[in-house]
Amino acid sequence: MFRFLAGRFLTSLISVFGATLAIFILVHVNPKDPREIFVPQSGYGLTRESWERLGDRLGFDDPAVVQYANWISRVFRLDFGVSLGYQIPVWDIIAGRLGATLQLGIGGWLMAVVLGIPTGVVAAVLRGGIFDYIARFLALVGQAAPAFVTGIVMIWLLSVSLGWFPAGGRTPDEFVWQEYVLPCLALGWGSAAGLMRLTRSSMLEILDSEFVKMARAKGVANMTTIFKHALRNALIAPITSMLLLFAGFLNGALVVEIVFSWPGIGQVALQDAVQNNDFPLLLGTVVIFLLYFVVFATLADLMYTIIDPRVRLR
Amino acid sequence: MATATITSGHSIFQRSWDFVRRYPIIPVIILITLLIMAIIGPYVAPFPRDKGFSHDRNLGLWEQSRASYIPLGGTTIEDLSFRECGIIDESKVAAKDNLEQCGKLHILGADHAGRDIFSRLLHGSRISIAVVGFSLTSGMILGTAVALFSGYYGGILDEIVTRFVDIWNALPFLMVALVMTQLFGAKVNIFVWKVDMLLFVLMLVAWVGFVRVIRAQVFVLRELDYVAASRVAGASDVRIIYRHLLPGIMNTVIVVATLNTSGLILAESTLSFVGAGIQPPTPAWGVMTNEGRDYILEAPHITLVPGFAIFLVVLSLNFFGDWLRDRLDPRLRQIA
Repeated sequence: MFRFLAGRFLTSLISVFGATLAIFILVHVNPKDPREIFVPQSGYGLTRESWERLGDRLGFDDPAVVQYANWISRVFRLDFGVSLGYQIPVWDIIAGRLGATLQLGIGGWLMAVVLGIPTGVVAAVLRGGIFDYIARFLALVGQAAPAFVTGIVMIWLLSVSLGWFPAGGRTPDEFVWQEYVLPCLALGWGSAAGLMRLTRSSMLEILDSEFVKMARAKGVANMTTIFKHALRNALIAPITSMLLLFAGFLNGALVVEIVFSWPGIGQVALQDAVQNNDFPLLLGTVVIFLLYFVVFATLADLMYTIIDPRVRLR
Repeated sequence: MATATITSGHSIFQRSWDFVRRYPIIPVIILITLLIMAIIGPYVAPFPRDKGFSHDRNLGLWEQSRASYIPLGGTTIEDLSFRECGIIDESKVAAKDNLEQCGKLHILGADHAGRDIFSRLLHGSRISIAVVGFSLTSGMILGTAVALFSGYYGGILDEIVTRFVDIWNALPFLMVALVMTQLFGAKVNIFVWKVDMLLFVLMLVAWVGFVRVIRAQVFVLRELDYVAASRVAGASDVRIIYRHLLPGIMNTVIVVATLNTSGLILAESTLSFVGAGIQPPTPAWGVMTNEGRDYILEAPHITLVPGFAIFLVVLSLNFFGDWLRDRLDPRLRQIA
């Protein structure tokens, strides 16, 4: 077990190293002078001396390795420089908005799990029935519609036409549950569809297996067979995929944030950073997302081995 | 034959229903329509792509253009609706141009700038085809080549490739697309063509999808006797890979490509939607959906029509891909 853990840890460390290196190369090896990226492109420009001084400060005279080492050490101290648009440290902006994005991500994930797995189980048990058809239809729709289209349709139907939920926004420092329903649903539907299909197919497979037939043959009650014998074995695949899914959720959250004007990182990274050419802010966000993604992928992997120890023997 | 048993002894309705259930006939019709739209669309589009007519603003589905109504009396659209088409002012050339458009049908309505949504959809359909034609194809070639070599040689090369693919998968591509668009601009020069950065990024997303699945297949194939036989006969590694392994994995390549298409088109529309993809005057469907979002109160069709178009295409691709997978390579059910 220790060997396995150490291996996983090492792998994710290599991933972090490789991915940050990729970003570093992308930023520093490109047709533009990095100074042009890290300095606001308005105003009267800089004198020759201050331009040179800027180069010194960014460490242009150092070898590339040293530049990378400096950059990565700053990254680990969460120092991403100063945002060009806001003129405050990038980390402060991100930290202030991380909460909202995380809430949305977790909410969407819960929505996916709560909708996807039970529906899958019921659809498998009632195979061929009307519930099965409806669930599969909804899953097909969910997998084909991008989150922003689902979001817009929901705003149109449930918010503009029927007025059941607010069309977007989030009250600061206060939990208003209505505001969470539509964004989380838009974010979670696609994944719920995937989970539902996965749960359904693995449940069907288990229900067809020998040990379930055995249980039925010896007269175990139907409910007991389904919940005690079949369900536990059928849930391995969905739970694994559910954990892996969480790593991808913040990416989706960015888009949903735009649709529902959710005050999270997505709005900053996509709208402010891109429209104002605020490169330090964009870069900081990318690195944070990257680290987050690697951490969660590793965690998911570890959980997987705890749930299903057979994986370790691969 | 299975088809023979189905077709015998039923009404024509029953038989055609069975046909529709058995083959992905509706998805294929939709996809062929998309292809035709992309090829001839820009030439047959009834309205110009970027030019809007102020009197057509927010016009609903299946309404006639009011491009050049004579504004007698009132100036609101309601006041104008019963006027004749005519030249507002002989001296104004723009008004004369508009006269041509007047009275034509806006099949899917007009957007907030008075541009015809149907014409813009026709123009935008080319982008989906470009995604498939450029990003998917080049990603497919790259991914398959990498998978063939790493699967065939195994060992340290394979280890490096697998690790690399893992890292690649860890990159949040929405953001990578943003970074690349910021650094290199929305268009890149490849020889003489200007290619959208987006297509390039999507290629970088696409190739990884092929590596894992195909590598696993190559592992199986390379152990087979006919590969050993050709090695004994003195074939070089490259020849074995090209002549003996490639044909064996072709089915899988096609299936994976089809299954990945819908994901790529989703990614394209999402990136265009958030502004990291195709840039606004070009009517990518994602861009159109985003532009219409602000007018959801007065004219929901501006955003709903392109959104529905994306949904329809992705749905068709999913259906078609699933069918093809079950047909060509049912083992892939587990993976994709």
